[in-house]
Amino acid sequence: MTMIFGVPLAVFMGQLTLGLVNGAFYALLSLGLAVIFGLLKIVNFAHGAQYMLGAFAALLGFRYLGINYWLALFLVPLVVGAFGVLLERFLLRRIAHLDHLYGLLLTFGLALIFEGTLVNFFGVSGARYATPEILQGGLNLGFMFLPTYRAWVLVAALAMCLFTWFMIERTRLGAYLRAGTENSQLMQAFGVNVPLLITLTYGFGVGLAAFAGVLAAPLYPVSPTMGSSLLIVVFAVVVIGGMGSILGAIITGLAMGIIEGLTKVYYPEASNTVIFLVMILVLMLRPVGLFGKEA
Amino acid sequence: MTFMKKTLAASIAVAAASSLAVSTAQADMSDGEIRIGYLADMSGTYRDLAGPGGEAALEMAVEDFGGSVNGSPIVVFSADDRNSADVGANTVRGWIDQDNVDMVAGLVASSVSIAVTKVLEENNGLGIVSGSAASSITNEHCTPNHIHWVYDTYPLANGTAKAVVEQGGDSWFMLTADYAFGHALEADVTKVVEESGGEIVGGVRHPFPTNDFSSYILQAQGSGAKIIGLANAGADTVNAITTASQFGITQSGQQLAGLLIFLNDVHALGLEATQGLLLTTGWYWDMDEQSREWAQRYFDEVGRMPTMVQAGIYSSTMHYLKAVEAAGTDDPETVRAQMAEMPVEDFFARNGTIREDGRMIHDMYLAQVKTPEESTGEWDLYEILSTIPAEEAYRPLSESQCKLVQN
Repeated sequence: MTMIFGVPLAVFMGQLTLGLVNGAFYALLSLGLAVIFGLLKIVNFAHGAQYMLGAFAALLGFRYLGINYWLALFLVPLVVGAFGVLLERFLLRRIAHLDHLYGLLLTFGLALIFEGTLVNFFGVSGARYATPEILQGGLNLGFMFLPTYRAWVLVAALAMCLFTWFMIERTRLGAYLRAGTENSQLMQAFGVNVPLLITLTYGFGVGLAAFAGVLAAPLYPVSPTMGSSLLIVVFAVVVIGGMGSILGAIITGLAMGIIEGLTKVYYPEASNTVIFLVMILVLMLRPVGLFGKEA
Repeated sequence: MTFMKKTLAASIAVAAASSLAVSTAQADMSDGEIRIGYLADMSGTYRDLAGPGGEAALEMAVEDFGGSVNGSPIVVFSADDRNSADVGANTVRGWIDQDNVDMVAGLVASSVSIAVTKVLEENNGLGIVSGSAASSITNEHCTPNHIHWVYDTYPLANGTAKAVVEQGGDSWFMLTADYAFGHALEADVTKVVEESGGEIVGGVRHPFPTNDFSSYILQAQGSGAKIIGLANAGADTVNAITTASQFGITQSGQQLAGLLIFLNDVHALGLEATQGLLLTTGWYWDMDEQSREWAQRYFDEVGRMPTMVQAGIYSSTMHYLKAVEAAGTDDPETVRAQMAEMPVEDFFARNGTIREDGRMIHDMYLAQVKTPEESTGEWDLYEILSTIPAEEAYRPLSESQCKLVQN
């Protein structure tokens, strides 16, 4: 059997695949953060909670309204995104002119409120969300058994990442957005409604988190605390990629998923810390992040 | 004037007499109150097995006892340790220094309990550990200032691992939570598996808590072991079992052995994913009339069936209060001695006694999770297969490394 650093090739390939799946997930979540930070300069600490709200909305929508998975994948990001719009309009906008720290504190406080409220009603054990029938079972890749659903997560997450990147970097709307954040007074002089654009962008970022939440619902037990542990990792990914860099977030997300996956084979005890080690290294060697622009 | 003087004198006399009466009744209760501090994970991974539900059980015990002992009211403090040994130890230090708390109850994550019992020993306090699993709590970490009530890793290994090996599951892959409890459970399981003629072929230690288990499940799958032993707890176990079912672990001929599974875990996972799982438990709500009766009262109050830990918190608090009443003092040393003197026999514990190492030994049970067809209700989850007598279940004193035991 071929061995790679003392691990059979099949196991190595398997871990690589799983790392890629997790990485796509990180990419999707850090993308939302990067969009919000890049365009609004808000450090959105409620991102993990909004991801969790997405999973919960899917669960409760199925339980009480009979909304199936596919419909949830479409509806939940809209509903949670609309909620994000309200947050921006009535809370975040009021502190937009203050230091970034205030936005961070406000969103962190909101995250604690969302989590605490749901813990109070649902506990932390989590509930199961059934995998849609068509995605049950698994694929035999020769070197591993890959559950079909994980393959779907990889495809769906990457597709969403590309769509977002295209929207912001390659369309007229995206150009307005980027210009609006660069010099909002000039854009307003041209007749562009910049505050509305900003509100919608925040809503879109929140919608991305909710989309990731719906994708995660059949994978992990749906619980109020599911977002908080993930958030810190995702922040590290954004910092490594370069705060605000869209493409950076996507590529770094995938890379970190793979690095974490391989750590789980070679030295599992460090799997929770390896991403932070990379972060420290990057900050020491290239403080603006791998894809960040020098100020 | 004389009248005034007389009344004054009389009222002084009455006041003096009554204060004398009060001080006699409360002579040996510090501050005239019994103060119990409830410390547990109230918001994290282990919330549902003890948490607010454990506090409710404690309040039930206080209420059932009448709210006071020999005229001294019982006061309950509570705090969230957030599964952090530092937070737990500092909270308890504050309780002892500033609030004169007499007994600390709850105590869930093993790492927190070990830190807290050290603080209790330094300050001559008293603690009853109900939620923790590590058997080291009454072995190398034993103190004269705490008692371990509900269960520990020794009977978990002794019950489940032994039964699984006897049924032919003789090669194991261990999935272990990387901290005090996981290590203790892994050590106890390894010993039992090897003694029963089985073998540990591999294992992995995962950080606590872990979100994604797919990588570890894949490693377990690759190991070729017949049994994947889960030496973790709470959300980690739930997560691992969910992932294992996604990767078709049972279809490919491997079996899971959950070494520490609580009622709320099985409830959350559902019978479809957990059916047939063998587990060892210190108590189950539906095991007999007495248990059912208490569980029903708890259910009416809380809205969920109690876990063994929540039942144990009630049982141990009751026993503590009885001991305080019998001893007529809340002095930790006297109360602990009194508790050890009285046998523990209630809806929770059968054949219970408190040993010199602080271990409350009682009968344990080997249970199996029912199939969806067998279950008749939301909480009808276990079938009790056999009873493991108290003396066989726990680590014998002859093997103890506890400093309080003369070997």
